[in-house]
Amino acid sequence: MKLAIDHLSCRRAGRLLIDDLTLTIAGGEALVVKGPNGAGKSTLLATLAGRLKPAGGTIRLVGDDATAGRGGEEDAPLAERAVLVGHRDGLKVALTAAENLVFAAAMLGAPATPAEAAAALDVFGLAHLADIPVGYLSAGQRRRVALTRLVLARFVPVDRPVWLLDEPTSALDAAAQEDLAHLMRQHLAGGGLIVAATHLPLGLEGARSLTLGSQAGYHDAADGWEFGA
Amino acid sequence: MMAALGALLVRDLKLAARVGGSGLLGVVFFLMLVTLIPFALGPDLNLLSRIGPAILWIAAVLATLIGLDRLFQGDEEDGSLDLMRMSHVPLELVVIVKGLAHWLTTGFPLALLSPLFGLLLAQEPDAMLAVMATLMVGTPALTFIGGIGAALTASLPRGGLILAVLVLPLMIPTLIFGVSAAQAAIGGTVPFLTPFLVLAALSLVAIVTGAVASAAALRGGG
Repeated sequence: MKLAIDHLSCRRAGRLLIDDLTLTIAGGEALVVKGPNGAGKSTLLATLAGRLKPAGGTIRLVGDDATAGRGGEEDAPLAERAVLVGHRDGLKVALTAAENLVFAAAMLGAPATPAEAAAALDVFGLAHLADIPVGYLSAGQRRRVALTRLVLARFVPVDRPVWLLDEPTSALDAAAQEDLAHLMRQHLAGGGLIVAATHLPLGLEGARSLTLGSQAGYHDAADGWEFGA
Repeated sequence: MMAALGALLVRDLKLAARVGGSGLLGVVFFLMLVTLIPFALGPDLNLLSRIGPAILWIAAVLATLIGLDRLFQGDEEDGSLDLMRMSHVPLELVVIVKGLAHWLTTGFPLALLSPLFGLLLAQEPDAMLAVMATLMVGTPALTFIGGIGAALTASLPRGGLILAVLVLPLMIPTLIFGVSAAQAAIGGTVPFLTPFLVLAALSLVAIVTGAVASAAALRGGG
């Protein structure tokens, strides 16, 4: 499986943030998107998640088996094969952590029981908070509840191999950052794909990096893509 | 897919019942409006019973607006809408289920309790039943017409006022046929069934076009 981005352009409020980006991410690879504030990191992730329409170009998830689907293209669009954890964490403050996860699991395609949701919360050491409304949790705890969506696939049959992470480590303490890095390495070892926008090191060795700037043009450098020449 | 839609309905009903949800606030607002009218008009029972169905319908339209501005805005602000956009469930069905949850917490209890409120407006038993039937059939149209405005204003701050200005004119046909069906039941030259069936048709059309239009607005938003 690979994620093929072909001549992608993204516009936000009339400004061209990403111009003619072409790259391919294979299964087991991570792409770390860097760049100054406003460079278009979140825009790129929102476009991959299907929330924003690209101004040009295509995004395709191509399966390993060329006979599967149309010319090797997966039948479901990328958005339906991906889990997004963005800076808006998608949690309802009036619902408990477990209730939020039960709903997220249903939206990700595999209904979970409250017990399964509590088991998933245990991965981030939050099992004791499963029945507490999210409104009472700290920013870091909320972020961990949101990140728990990534590991739902271990408990219920969620088939979403692409992780789209926007500043995943914000508000996390050192231990939780290490947990997340560990989960990401396991996900990559299992053939998954990760696209993460971040300023901070994620603890992923060998991850490819894409640095976005404010001018147009990208070229393929030895260690990844860089903006400009 | 049914499991996902069921989970969405359960979640929205829970949210309505908990802190910060609009819950049965629409019904309380409805009661306030209906109680205020007799104070303003004075104790003229004939006048009240004549204009009662119209008052109940106007109160229902205004009560429907409660909670409507948060129908999609809350989910847009906290990112839950991204979960729904990225699910395998078509956005049109998401809109229908969210509309159903809104109707179950506003239009439905409102219609159910309208005979009680009819007492305050000196309504005859026939008129109470007629208003109840028209509200039961007509309030889904109000919810789904309002849903289009809610989807369009989902990403706007202070979208509630714009929402009211946008959707109230679109609710006029529903109001006209709702009131005329209720009036027809208590006398008049038109048989009850004629405006009542048009009202039912308005609701069915509103559910379909509302779902498609709201989903289109939510896809294009952001």
